[in-house]
Amino acid sequence: MKLLEINNLKIFFDTPEGTVKAINDVNLNLLNNESLAIVGESGSGKTQLVFSILGLLAKNATATGSIKYESQEILNLPEEKINNIRMNKISIIFQDPMTSLNPYMRIRNQMNEVIIHHKGLNKKDATKQSISMLDAVKIPDAKNKINMFPHEFSGGMRQRVMIAMSLLCNPNIIIADEPTTSLDVTVQAQIMELFKDIQKEFRTSFILITHNMGIVADTCLKTLVLYGGKVMEYGLTTDVFLNPSHPYTIGLLETMPRIDREYEILKTIPGNPPNMMKLPNGCPFSSRCSYKVNDCLEIQPPIKTINNQNHQRACHVSLAELHL
Amino acid sequence: MKKTILSVSNIKVNFFTNKQFYFPWQKREIIKAVDNVSFNLKEGETLGIVGETGCGKTSLARAIIKMIPITSGSILWNDENILSFNKSKMQKIRKEIQMIFQDPLASLNPRMNIGEIIAEPLRTHYPKITNNKIKNEVKEMMVKVGLLPNLINRYPHEFSGGQCQRIGIARALILKPKLIICDEPVSALDVSIQAQVINLLKSLQKDLKLSLIFITHDLSIAKHISDNILVLYFGKTVEIASSKELFENPQHAYTKKLIASVPIPEPTLK
Repeated sequence: MKLLEINNLKIFFDTPEGTVKAINDVNLNLLNNESLAIVGESGSGKTQLVFSILGLLAKNATATGSIKYESQEILNLPEEKINNIRMNKISIIFQDPMTSLNPYMRIRNQMNEVIIHHKGLNKKDATKQSISMLDAVKIPDAKNKINMFPHEFSGGMRQRVMIAMSLLCNPNIIIADEPTTSLDVTVQAQIMELFKDIQKEFRTSFILITHNMGIVADTCLKTLVLYGGKVMEYGLTTDVFLNPSHPYTIGLLETMPRIDREYEILKTIPGNPPNMMKLPNGCPFSSRCSYKVNDCLEIQPPIKTINNQNHQRACHVSLAELHL
Repeated sequence: MKKTILSVSNIKVNFFTNKQFYFPWQKREIIKAVDNVSFNLKEGETLGIVGETGCGKTSLARAIIKMIPITSGSILWNDENILSFNKSKMQKIRKEIQMIFQDPLASLNPRMNIGEIIAEPLRTHYPKITNNKIKNEVKEMMVKVGLLPNLINRYPHEFSGGQCQRIGIARALILKPKLIICDEPVSALDVSIQAQVINLLKSLQKDLKLSLIFITHDLSIAKHISDNILVLYFGKTVEIASSKELFENPQHAYTKKLIASVPIPEPTLK
């Protein structure tokens, strides 16, 4: 069953300098108990895409298209209505664990607030649930820790609190917006392990936003590669990683040095990420692409399915030419 | 045999807790940021320093050029102990040791154009040099790091992160130093830009016979760029070995754990 369905989503921002086209025609489906990774560089619109799902866009944004949660339209819902969906059905873990918790409130009050608002429980029961959830994310001595303030926790612990908080109302979808970018590798490994456990235990769907290809390969079933607000490639993670069909995906996989390989020189993607105010008519990646043909500059490549596993790509260059 | 240019032995850096004002009878807590670290660096080689946040990587780097006070130990630069140097003598050494900082935009003065930024070390260390000569050298350096020389009058905010880091590199190179300390030079950059900057540093190192101290928390980058790697944990040396040896045969449990936590972008077929 389709849990989340995004069709022709466009997000524009009006700024004094002009219109920023953050998301251009994104289509996306998320099934029950499925994990999806959205990969892209900064400014590719990853975060805005998920913010639009929860109605967290800035005031100068206009979003068109449709986002359906269990066949109910949730794009541009008024605040009271979207509040029933936030945390309850779809919850989010933000990028920076240092700033996403309120420094003035004890962890207990922050967590209870969610339960009391959405489930209407009293304080005592809410605390009980909060503690059990902190136990679930493996915070030792949760009973005492819950009375602490955020600054008393380390970065990894704070991110665990955020994860516990997002699980409080048993949501169907958890969105993790770069949950580990500000954490150390060892802590990152622990947090990703926790994500995998949660996925098994709570049977939730996951949307993981990241630019680290390593984490994606390990945790997510499907991968969506975003560039300049457009979908470049989508498919099973195994397909995308082992048979990348888009020059950008190939470039991304090659530029990141791998710990298990040796290199003379690293391969690079020349140029810089695109200016979202002046996107080219054609493929947004065309100016940096080494395979480009004339069509790339003027005509936007349509998204085509290339195998029976629903592996999709948006590129004018044929597959045979890419793998030469 | 290559010459050892920098030899650091038993260096210690202690910080005291934030009390600006304290009564004499109050005890101040000591934070041992760097604790007994020693290493040698040879001409034209790269030393990678890896470790987690707060393990003292940056403190160690700053201690080497005496940006922060050193509690004890010795630093030999070309067999001279720079800890005994006074200010003016130290200034001469700073000509030979330059630094590249983590945040490319924050390390550039927003009110100076990039010509002035890159020329600033020259003006400081060679005050008698003519403007014309400075301009030529700056332009030459900009070409070397892959910036168009006609951008010389622009300001830092007009550049992208990758370009800003190139400006930082140009500024560090303009004095023709022998050692560059790179403090996480790529961690603030996009993944597709990281490789560009790393390749640039590597090729410059080859051309100019630079030595590098490369601080990073990304082990795969450290492996790629370094000849030797120093693993720090809470200010202490955990392991120091050649890059190849460290990854093939890590001795310490912490190193093993660190290497094991790096995700590999290869989906294991389930």
